[in-house]
Amino acid sequence: MSHWPGLLAVLLLVVMVFGTLLAVTLRADGGRGLGPSDWAAIRFTLWQAALSAGVSVVLAIPVARALARRDFPGRRVLVTLLGAPFILPVIVAVLGLIAVFGRTGIISAALGLFGIDPISVYGYHGVILAHVFFNLPLATRLILQGWLSIPAERFRLAASLGMGPRDIARTLERPMLREVIPGAFLVIFLICLTSFAVALALGGGPRATTVELAIYEAFKFDFDLGRAAMLALIQFAMGAGAAMIAFRVAVPGNMGIGLDRAVQRWDDNWRQRVLDMTAVALASLFLLLPLMMVFVDGVPGLLTLPVSVFQAAFRSLLVAFGSAFLTLALALPIAALVVQRSAWLVEGLGYLTIAASPLVVGTGLFLILFPFVKPADLALPVTALVNAAMSLPFALRAIVPALRTVERDFGALADGLGLHGLSRVRLLWLPRLRRPLGFALGLAAALSMGDLGVIAMFADPQGVTLPLQLYRLMGAYRMDDAAAAAVLLLGLSLLLFWIFDRGGRVNADD
Amino acid sequence: MLTIENARIEMGDFTLVADLQVQEGKRVAVLGPSGAGKSTLLAMIAGFQPLTSGVIKWRGAVMPDDPADRPISMVFQDNNLFPHLTVAQNVGLGIRPDLRLTSDDKKRVEAALARVGLAGKEARKPAQLSGGQIARVALARVLLRDRPLLLLDEPFGALGPALRAEMLALVDELAAETQATLLMVSHNPEDARLLSDDVILVEGGQAHAPVPTAEIFENPPDALREYLGGDRHYLVPSDL
Repeated sequence: MSHWPGLLAVLLLVVMVFGTLLAVTLRADGGRGLGPSDWAAIRFTLWQAALSAGVSVVLAIPVARALARRDFPGRRVLVTLLGAPFILPVIVAVLGLIAVFGRTGIISAALGLFGIDPISVYGYHGVILAHVFFNLPLATRLILQGWLSIPAERFRLAASLGMGPRDIARTLERPMLREVIPGAFLVIFLICLTSFAVALALGGGPRATTVELAIYEAFKFDFDLGRAAMLALIQFAMGAGAAMIAFRVAVPGNMGIGLDRAVQRWDDNWRQRVLDMTAVALASLFLLLPLMMVFVDGVPGLLTLPVSVFQAAFRSLLVAFGSAFLTLALALPIAALVVQRSAWLVEGLGYLTIAASPLVVGTGLFLILFPFVKPADLALPVTALVNAAMSLPFALRAIVPALRTVERDFGALADGLGLHGLSRVRLLWLPRLRRPLGFALGLAAALSMGDLGVIAMFADPQGVTLPLQLYRLMGAYRMDDAAAAAVLLLGLSLLLFWIFDRGGRVNADD
Repeated sequence: MLTIENARIEMGDFTLVADLQVQEGKRVAVLGPSGAGKSTLLAMIAGFQPLTSGVIKWRGAVMPDDPADRPISMVFQDNNLFPHLTVAQNVGLGIRPDLRLTSDDKKRVEAALARVGLAGKEARKPAQLSGGQIARVALARVLLRDRPLLLLDEPFGALGPALRAEMLALVDELAAETQATLLMVSHNPEDARLLSDDVILVEGGQAHAPVPTAEIFENPPDALREYLGGDRHYLVPSDL
């Protein structure tokens, strides 16, 4: 395959990121400098990301340790579920957290029995709670990977030397944690740095506004494009700075495979057993209870949902399919380029899309399109495109190793037979890459289905997607409808992922 | 005539040099210790391994860069068939790599399969075939490609002795029918004895010029003697 499709795809991404950045820079209103509220937003963005990452990692250690050294019924299911928040729409989880931790949630109700005032989930602690909800599973998977990467022989050696739990922690486990934790912390810090939907739904006000939320508010409430552009520049600088640091620290991949077996240990005692059981039980409760509440609250209202919700769902499906196929159209040529030429491209693009926040790209696109068309008319295609770009690193991480294997095994045969260009794509790549392609399509579709980002800036009230509609229902305190819409959204996201992923597996020839 | 002129390949510590000629229509066995570069020699002729210096010619003309444009059919150690394509499709690739086959083309595919003893197996997938049958499918494709130079990179290494002899006999027949020049890498000196006119010895970073098989087994150079283990009885079989 020639290189130009891959180069074209890379060029599109670079133009999308830096072209929008240029538009933002030209428009940025630096004359006024940064006001107190801007500084507050910067401070909050940084410290909430640091605290969210810190809490996630610290809480993940006992959970990962329990999963690493203990086999119990349901362990596999739990490990699989730890990967699920990835495709869980943020707004659905937020709704579940409100149902558990909110003013009328079950914890407040329980406290009420003892005459204690209800707690609130809105504010900075709500933002951090939601970030921990999303990233505790990721941190657990990353640290579990570290634990399982300690060769089983070392534990046997430790047992034969008569080492107790403390000795093992000192000689084997803490050195591993020192390796793994900086990377895990940094990944989560980066994720929380550009998290928009959580701040939109739970944050706000002077004490809990992130830079991205400030961009959105400058747009929606003040229509102050100069200030929005200014803030977008700041957001990009923060992302780029963090990505630069990440470049130096070994950041782990999160497509953990081979987590399905615990390592046998000989230093077991009842105290550890209790610790592990508690960690696993609390983590499961923390992760599952909010989702169960969404179901309990939402299922009864499914049949009486207003028709506008189904219209929004239809728009979301369009966006999800569009985004999934755009992701593929970008990922396959880039993967080909990576396998045949430059391996660093994957990481470079990964960091590029991390540094570029969707809101910043959205701001730039808005500034570029605004003079020519009504942005609301392009809300859905723009959302699909931005979502596709954000899904790309994950798609590449699935496709590139598989394509490398295909080319290693069959590249010479295909070259010898003259299988070039589209023939090679049709007769070799597509059939042999069905699994990773199905996975990548499913991931991109589910991520896009649940995305609440750019769409919030672009859409007018008639053209909302399902996550945005859900957010609006919450804003109107129609919590029953919101819960029902959340069940619909979650169901559709999981269904999309399942259909594509399944499609890649069924009848795949090995 | 296949001419390799001052060809040199360098990959890290590994070097292989070759400066030799192979007469058209000859059957040549490529022998040598493992890791010496037997497969690299074939990869270099087939165009999979770019030369550091030197040139490879066929009938006096420099070979094109694209492996598919070279006058070569190659059968690899493994992965000769695409597992997701049917037997007929795998063979059909030898006619048109985009698989847009006419009904005439399909008849030729059937005929080729019948020639290698696989009539009626068109719709099978490789996973449903035995090792010997897979090798036959690869040879059926070689028939349709109909290129003057056939390179075999230890294609029957995984087969048992009886099946191996059977496949060698088939290669012998097919090479005779297509008048192809044959280069075959083998670990097994017996293969060379059964099939080849000449032997190219690859050792010490060099591919030596071909020597008649009978001659080289009669009076093996040190490197070959060492490789074969110095068993004179085995080296000079009575029928040579």
